[in-house]
Amino acid sequence: MENPYLPYPVRIDDIEVATEDKSLKTFTFVFVNPEDEEKFAYKAGQFAELSIPGVGEIPIGIASSPVEKGFVKFTVFRTGVVTTHLHNMKKGDIMGIRGPLGNWYPWDKLENKNVVIIGGGFAFTTLRSSIVYMLDPANRKKFKNIDVVYGARSPGMLLYREELFDWEKRDDINMHITVDGTDDPDWKYHTGFVPQVVEDNAPVADEDTYAIVCGPPIMIKFTQPALTKLGYQPHQIIMSLENRMKCGIGMCGRCNIGKELVCKDGPVFTLEEINQTPKEY
Amino acid sequence: MNFITIDKKDWAPGIDKSRKTFRVYGPVEDENGCQIKPLAPDMQPKMDAAVTVMSAKSVLFPQTEKILTATLDESKDDHHVMKPVKTDDMPRVVLGIRPYDAKAVHLVKLNFDNPDYKDPYWCAAYDATTLVGLGVTRPGPCDFSTSVGCGPFSEEGLDVLMADMDDKYIAKLLTKKGEKWAAACGFDTSADPKESQVLFDVLKKEAEKQIQADVTTDKLAQKTILDLYDAPFWDEVAFSCINCGTCTYVCPTCWCFDIQDETRHNTAVRFRNWDSCMSPLFTYHASGHNPRGTKVHRVRQRFMHKLKYFLDKYEQGIMCVGCGRCVASCPVNIDIREVCNRMNDYETTK
Repeated sequence: MENPYLPYPVRIDDIEVATEDKSLKTFTFVFVNPEDEEKFAYKAGQFAELSIPGVGEIPIGIASSPVEKGFVKFTVFRTGVVTTHLHNMKKGDIMGIRGPLGNWYPWDKLENKNVVIIGGGFAFTTLRSSIVYMLDPANRKKFKNIDVVYGARSPGMLLYREELFDWEKRDDINMHITVDGTDDPDWKYHTGFVPQVVEDNAPVADEDTYAIVCGPPIMIKFTQPALTKLGYQPHQIIMSLENRMKCGIGMCGRCNIGKELVCKDGPVFTLEEINQTPKEY
Repeated sequence: MNFITIDKKDWAPGIDKSRKTFRVYGPVEDENGCQIKPLAPDMQPKMDAAVTVMSAKSVLFPQTEKILTATLDESKDDHHVMKPVKTDDMPRVVLGIRPYDAKAVHLVKLNFDNPDYKDPYWCAAYDATTLVGLGVTRPGPCDFSTSVGCGPFSEEGLDVLMADMDDKYIAKLLTKKGEKWAAACGFDTSADPKESQVLFDVLKKEAEKQIQADVTTDKLAQKTILDLYDAPFWDEVAFSCINCGTCTYVCPTCWCFDIQDETRHNTAVRFRNWDSCMSPLFTYHASGHNPRGTKVHRVRQRFMHKLKYFLDKYEQGIMCVGCGRCVASCPVNIDIREVCNRMNDYETTK
């Protein structure tokens, strides 16, 4: 019997400070047993439990993309016991990864559709995974227009800055990068909150357009009316939720919203689905 | 179906004989009341005990259980690599389990053994366990098992169902596991199946007549989750609750758990412990946000999970077997029978 609690052993291959306030770091892991990489086959939007023996586990969205081989990447905000411990670990250290867990963005349904990605702050990890996946030469033609609205408090708080600016130069993706505010006179992108940038820049919805929204609750709250104004129906708004989790496999009972378990039935839900559940997230 | 007769003077020697094959659990009276516990070699189960304070769930789902371990000693090749703890496959038998507690095992199985994932620890314990039930002839005042698809002589989840006939037991062997247990005890005096079944039916009828509670669940399925969630009575239901968690602790169908790590010297151990939806920490995010931050949220979660979410998810009835332990144990007299009827009768005015 497969033991769903048993993590794959991984080695920390690289640690990168991701934001100017050093509260986020991006960890690159390689599997100690190379055959585990295949077992860990994932889709953009899934998460995994990062597992530190003797310390605990944390559910974190997978930031690397299924089209990137040889490693997996996670960007982690330092906030509790496990994340603080992880931030103090070093290259070469051994720990575990358990997953992939949960569902993913509905890639089958999104084929031949326009995709608008809306992210805020450090909830950009699985969105990065998604963008890299869609821009992969083998996949790009499966999707129509791709728009990305991504905002952070300041330029230094944007995740994956180099990639963002590379994408900005491409003509097969429309980037709308924004910051809440900056005193940088050379800042050449948007200034302002995500909902406003969405309202001003995101494409008006037709039935072939879907929005994927991931961000802090306050951003989600104010982005919804902006999308509604642009004509998006609840089934066209796709969101990724997070809740406190332990098992990640739908058994321990704490992450439910109504009868849906965020860890197993989610974390990805459409707004239409979320509207049928209690708002316990 | 196979019926056997067990003379009571053969009972204890038979149980002793079975100890070579089985670890034996049964009701034991101690300072905390009657509990299902592993029996020491010189102990016999207290078969005539009234309801046990706790259900038998800990036989399959210990209150705390090691699941993984790792060495942190960096001189070892496999340092920081977690390994599963060997599952407990020792055959065990629970004697005198009440039929509602066996039905609860069947409901809990839906969680731990599903098409997507199998919990290896629970499943190993389940496979190794034989449940020998004793029909309830004098149901307690809080028993409402007949209202929820169970009852004093329900067979669901049991391997053997016995009826106490004063000087003997008549046992109905329901599964292969049950037959193996009877063989290990040397209980092999067959009883007339027709007569025995008639007897069981009579006892069942008499026992069921004594249950007074009238709990209705027939309209729960047709209501929407949001209508029930937004019903106006939750503040009132939760008003006296002190979130002590006793209800979840004694409940045979409550399976929620926590996972915690501990380190001692160079050994890391990952444990699985019972948890409770009554605790604010249960859902507390690292950010400080808590989606079920008030006791009304938590009380509603408990009842909605048992009486609505579970019902909708599995379509196998509600997640309650009517044992009445939560009713009897609640220090502020919150009564699931009343809450269930309120939910069942609730008509939204929207």
